[in-house]
Amino acid sequence: MPPLIEIKNVSKWYGAFQVLSNCTTDVSKGEVVVVCGPSGSGKSTLLKCVNALEPFQQGDIIIDSISVGAKGTNLPRLRSRVGMVFQHFELFPHLTITDNLTLAQIKVLKRSKEEAIQKGMRLLDRVGLKAHADKYPGQLSGGQQQRVAIARALCMDPIAMLFDEPTSALDPEMINEVLDVMVELAQEGMTMMVVTHEMGFARQVAHRVIFMDRGEIVEDAAKEDFFSQPRSERAQQFLSKILQH
Amino acid sequence: MLDLDFEIIGRTWKYLFFDGMAFTIELTLLAMAGGIIVGTMLALARLSSFTPVSALAGGYVNLIRSMPLVLVIFWFYFLVPYIGAWLIGSKNPLKIGAFTSSLVTFILFEAAYYCEIMRAGIQSIPRGQILAGYALGMHYWQTMRNVVLPQAFRNMIPVLLTQTIVLFQDVSLVYVLSITDFVGAADKVGRRDGRLVEMLLFVALVYFVMCTLLSGLVRRLQQRVAVIR
Repeated sequence: MPPLIEIKNVSKWYGAFQVLSNCTTDVSKGEVVVVCGPSGSGKSTLLKCVNALEPFQQGDIIIDSISVGAKGTNLPRLRSRVGMVFQHFELFPHLTITDNLTLAQIKVLKRSKEEAIQKGMRLLDRVGLKAHADKYPGQLSGGQQQRVAIARALCMDPIAMLFDEPTSALDPEMINEVLDVMVELAQEGMTMMVVTHEMGFARQVAHRVIFMDRGEIVEDAAKEDFFSQPRSERAQQFLSKILQH
Repeated sequence: MLDLDFEIIGRTWKYLFFDGMAFTIELTLLAMAGGIIVGTMLALARLSSFTPVSALAGGYVNLIRSMPLVLVIFWFYFLVPYIGAWLIGSKNPLKIGAFTSSLVTFILFEAAYYCEIMRAGIQSIPRGQILAGYALGMHYWQTMRNVVLPQAFRNMIPVLLTQTIVLFQDVSLVYVLSITDFVGAADKVGRRDGRLVEMLLFVALVYFVMCTLLSGLVRRLQQRVAVIR
């Protein structure tokens, strides 16, 4: 069986500046892959290329045997099957939590309102926020908003989930409530690609760790190998800095 | 010394308000609704990444904004019947009527101003919101309709209403087509009874009071509709 997400020789330029050079990796079904690296290394950009929120000029990405880069691909349809969680949550501030959860279910998946609400409430309950269904995003804390954002993505029954630094914008005391939800998801067998600096999370649930630097995938190794004996010098330096405290 | 006699207002206020002001308000509201709809479409066109579309919309907005409104009102009134006739291949100019003609004029004219307001509103929405819409599988129009425009519109309500107050005053220019708006009505009875100065003073007072009240309302609304972020 081919991997669920295949990234093949992807390169991307902003004008003359190359942000991604020849990135190749894959994510199998049920696999949790953590992408780390210094800021500006292209990890968020690579993640956004996966569901075509960022275009790329060379190479291709295949999701469940559909090409992201091909001209005729129905991108909205493809994106509806891949959940995405953003650094800044990006809940819709003018809609209640319930409406945030049901909007795309109704408009994109054409579910009935009742069905969408039922599904939304089940997932909201799962992230422990059922009591907040009628509030607006601005009335919730950052950690709560991010959990709603995860529930919103799960409402679409995604085949894989992409996380773009999901805890970077959070106060320290709110990070764990979000990571708990993500750990649970990982343990249930969700296919996940996670850009994060949370090495504790990587140690706990990741199968593989990808290390990026200057737009290149420098290291792509099983978790145990990555933490015990990183091959590249850059990864060693990075790890020693990030794990010092 | 001016010999002023305001007794005429007591005799004619019903006509002034129920004929004149009712028309002014009707035209203002219809032109606002149409102008905001057309203006929003223009704003989306201006922000399009497809250059011909954005250039066309930008050209239209710049053209309209450099024209005196009176000129546009005249043009439309005299030209549109002929253009319409030419379009449907009729020999005689279409009978469009002063009201329809001025309504279309105001919608198309004000749309240029509403366009710039909506454009600023759309651009004030963080790019992440659009990406979030796309990431959920919504296409461009769904994202605009459900995510971007409701927020842009809400953020811009105070400015849109302020523009509408300007429109409310501008409607008095239909006077050049001999339409009886509030100013036109006052002008008519003022001339008839030789009390034009009194009538125009009264008209100014009414505009001042109404616009001041509306501005106050807009200010209070501004505090209430702001989206919590």
